[in-house]
Amino acid sequence: MIPPVAVDLAYIVSAILFVFGLKLLGSPASARRGNLFASSAMLLAIVVTLLEQDILDWRTVALGLILGSLIGAVLARSVQMTAMPQLVGIFNGLGGGASAVVAAAEFYRVTGAETIPVSDGATIALSTLIGTVTFSGSMIAFGKLQGVVTGSPVTFSLQKSFNLLLFLAIVGIAVYLGSGVHDERFYLGLLALAFLLGVLLVIPIGGADMPVVISLLNSYSGLAASAAGFVLGNNILIISGALVGAAGLILTQLMCKAMNRSLANVAFGAFGGVDGAAAVDDGDKQVRSVDAEETAMLLSYSGSVVFVPGYGLAVAQAQHEVRKLMDLLEERGVTARFAIHPVAGRMPGHMNVLLAEADVPYDRLFDLDEINPDFERTDVVVVVGANDVVNPAARDPGSVIAGMPILNVDKARNIVILKRSLSPGFAGIDNELFYMDRSMMFFGDAKESLSGLVKEIRELG
Amino acid sequence: MGELIIGLYVFVLAMLAGFEVITKVPPTLHTPLMSGANAISGITVIGAIVVSARADTLLVTILGVVAIVMATINVVGGFLVTDRMLKMFRRR
Repeated sequence: MIPPVAVDLAYIVSAILFVFGLKLLGSPASARRGNLFASSAMLLAIVVTLLEQDILDWRTVALGLILGSLIGAVLARSVQMTAMPQLVGIFNGLGGGASAVVAAAEFYRVTGAETIPVSDGATIALSTLIGTVTFSGSMIAFGKLQGVVTGSPVTFSLQKSFNLLLFLAIVGIAVYLGSGVHDERFYLGLLALAFLLGVLLVIPIGGADMPVVISLLNSYSGLAASAAGFVLGNNILIISGALVGAAGLILTQLMCKAMNRSLANVAFGAFGGVDGAAAVDDGDKQVRSVDAEETAMLLSYSGSVVFVPGYGLAVAQAQHEVRKLMDLLEERGVTARFAIHPVAGRMPGHMNVLLAEADVPYDRLFDLDEINPDFERTDVVVVVGANDVVNPAARDPGSVIAGMPILNVDKARNIVILKRSLSPGFAGIDNELFYMDRSMMFFGDAKESLSGLVKEIRELG
Repeated sequence: MGELIIGLYVFVLAMLAGFEVITKVPPTLHTPLMSGANAISGITVIGAIVVSARADTLLVTILGVVAIVMATINVVGGFLVTDRMLKMFRRR
């Protein structure tokens, strides 16, 4: 047992470390230190709490901590980098779920009483609501990313009206519980409806919008922790949860901007469907098709090459091949760089992680604003498994993707597109880029095509 | 009620601090930032420990342990996987 003042002082130190940890996470050189700061802050808070509390039964607490650590460590070590969005989805769900369970435990701890203080009733209801929505929403997001739940938007008629009714019902129950009534039936009702709401909020969102959903759920998991802090009157929970809530909101906003959509449009737009696919007319437009040999010649005798990787690259696990190609080109004196669209992967910054795993130095990766002015001076652009993010139709006000920030690949001197077929991307619309005079289609699996290129360039000597 | 209001002050100020600190993050670090922030949201493990410490019925004990396990997976897994990613980033 240590005095409460010491605990609060330790929590303040912990809060400071969390803030600086997040700050350091914002720059590549210091990011690892930032993560270390944040994890030390967490360890400090946990140790102090264990020392402070007059724990009735040590065994259960120890069991929980050990079991959780083991599972967490195994998941963190075994996950493939392509599956990072799923893992973050699971972690979001577990964090949110834990906050809801904490609130539930508080609810049942005061069982026996007819009424509870108004502030307790209200905060328990709020924490249960946010935590449960985060949990069920994250599980659906995980299912969509993993392919267990369909990636297409699932919609039904009157969905918005139904969600609104559901939301009003939840608010009604929360207000009732918040008035200090200790009624188990209503509490369980709140739990069930919040679970349903989480499912219904995520299920109409298409696979292409997952970066937004993951960011938003990340924010919710923080807010859930904050709400649990209100339940227990614990400031370190309130502070850390708010920090995460803010981080998640910022990333959500960045992702929405990258797709030129408002959050409301992502949430209710049911965009990213397959309806538009019928609009493709393959009438008389001609594409130029090239093979590995031609492409290898073009690349090795050029001065500058920019690779534009999309999610197709990750699906084909072709990060390592593209790195080999980059190295070979550099040996021949060709400048090779990567242009990364903000939504190139399935969570913010996903493509950067995948390329880092393949040992591509991060100073070779350029974001939209940095690289766009350079395309007109670029000899060859190699598009690997990207589609909508390089579609010039975004500049046409009449297009469904109008206004979406794109990589100006069509300004380059030559464009090689590695793709399986001419099929449209998530937005379901045709891509004019494929039919331009300076464009060449290199059909096939991204990994095989890239290893073909590596082989051909090696043979050039 | 006093405690609730103080809590609100703390919450709002911490949100503002979060917005200030995180605004300018290069896209390269978006994924690690998210998984790091995600690990921090596992702070709810503190709440789970507090709840477990004073559990007096079987139901609350079970809920407490479940919350501890869930939050600890979030914390340990989140920080470890963030470190694993950051280790891969290098400059030429």
